[in-house]
Amino acid sequence: MINEGLKDLLFKMADDALIIGHRNSEWTGIGPILEEDLAFSSMAQDKIGHAIALYKILNEVLGEADPDTLGFKREEKDFRCCQFVELPIGEYDFSLMRHFLFDHAEWIRYEMLASSSSFHPLAQLAKKIKGEIKYHTLHADTFINQLGNGIEESKARLQSALNYAWPFALGIFEKSEFEDELIKENVFAGEKELKRRWLEKTLPILEAAHLKIPSTDESRVIYGGRKGIHSEHLKPMLDEMREVLQTDINAEW
Amino acid sequence: MNSLDPRIKRLDFRKLEDGEEHTNSHMVTYEVFHQEKRGKQVTHVGIVHAANPQMALVIAKEVFGRRGKTTNLWVAKTSDVFTFGSEDEDLFETTPEKTFRDPGAYKVRDRIEKFQNQNKAKHD
Repeated sequence: MINEGLKDLLFKMADDALIIGHRNSEWTGIGPILEEDLAFSSMAQDKIGHAIALYKILNEVLGEADPDTLGFKREEKDFRCCQFVELPIGEYDFSLMRHFLFDHAEWIRYEMLASSSSFHPLAQLAKKIKGEIKYHTLHADTFINQLGNGIEESKARLQSALNYAWPFALGIFEKSEFEDELIKENVFAGEKELKRRWLEKTLPILEAAHLKIPSTDESRVIYGGRKGIHSEHLKPMLDEMREVLQTDINAEW
Repeated sequence: MNSLDPRIKRLDFRKLEDGEEHTNSHMVTYEVFHQEKRGKQVTHVGIVHAANPQMALVIAKEVFGRRGKTTNLWVAKTSDVFTFGSEDEDLFETTPEKTFRDPGAYKVRDRIEKFQNQNKAKHD
């Protein structure tokens, strides 16, 4: 029974990583400055790597299909990513804000798993990659701080990006039906605890960047992704991601 | 909408949208030094543009530290590096009879030690 809960946890983490990785890779070649172009693309690659590692655990430990099949051949409704990661990259202000809000949640999630998960393959993996995600948050913090303390335009852009991103960001913490079980078995301390720590971490950084925190009112939060209900943006993205594969689904690579 | 294609449009730090010439003061160049192993010397590897030292480090990590082994990076504002002018290159020219000052002996010493260590390893 706990296997179902484990799979649910791994699928949402892996799908989040794959989809945000693909999205952020769309900045390759069009970043605001050359250095940031490189950094954004490189972090996107890290995310794809995390997705593969998580799909591998699903495959090798929990009996799911191989990583390529999981990443490229599942239907939209089988994806467990939050809707936040599906959204188009928009302008750099939105991509930066999403990178900040999402990566802090990821970093805390991996830290929680690394320090106390009873599911060893995941705890081991979390130990290995939490440094990479720590860097991602450091990168995000640096730019949020710089632009939040910048000129009127950069402040206004960041604020409107935050207002738009916020209800989606809170959707990261959508609870699964296996929540209590995962907590009881010490696999993962749960979305509620994650959200608490995330607010504790991100709010001071946003405030230091002079940003107003939007309402955390539950009724505004955009849920659904964790149950397979996605925004209109996921399907076209998956189609694009699979475009080459679809030309010959049985080709040997 | 302005094109995002970098071949058409990159942010020009000298000319922001108000058309005024800026002095690049918010984005300056930092020299980047790479350290492969703890205790090993840092090596100059290039430059990055950044608005502050932290941004320079963060950016340098991806530009120069994402491949191969990296233990640490140093950054320093280009304007904080002092150097001779190129017209002073003649300062470094030396006369042929002063080659005794070249540290050639050290190179030989390295080779001797390497040879000794190899032999030692063979006999161990």
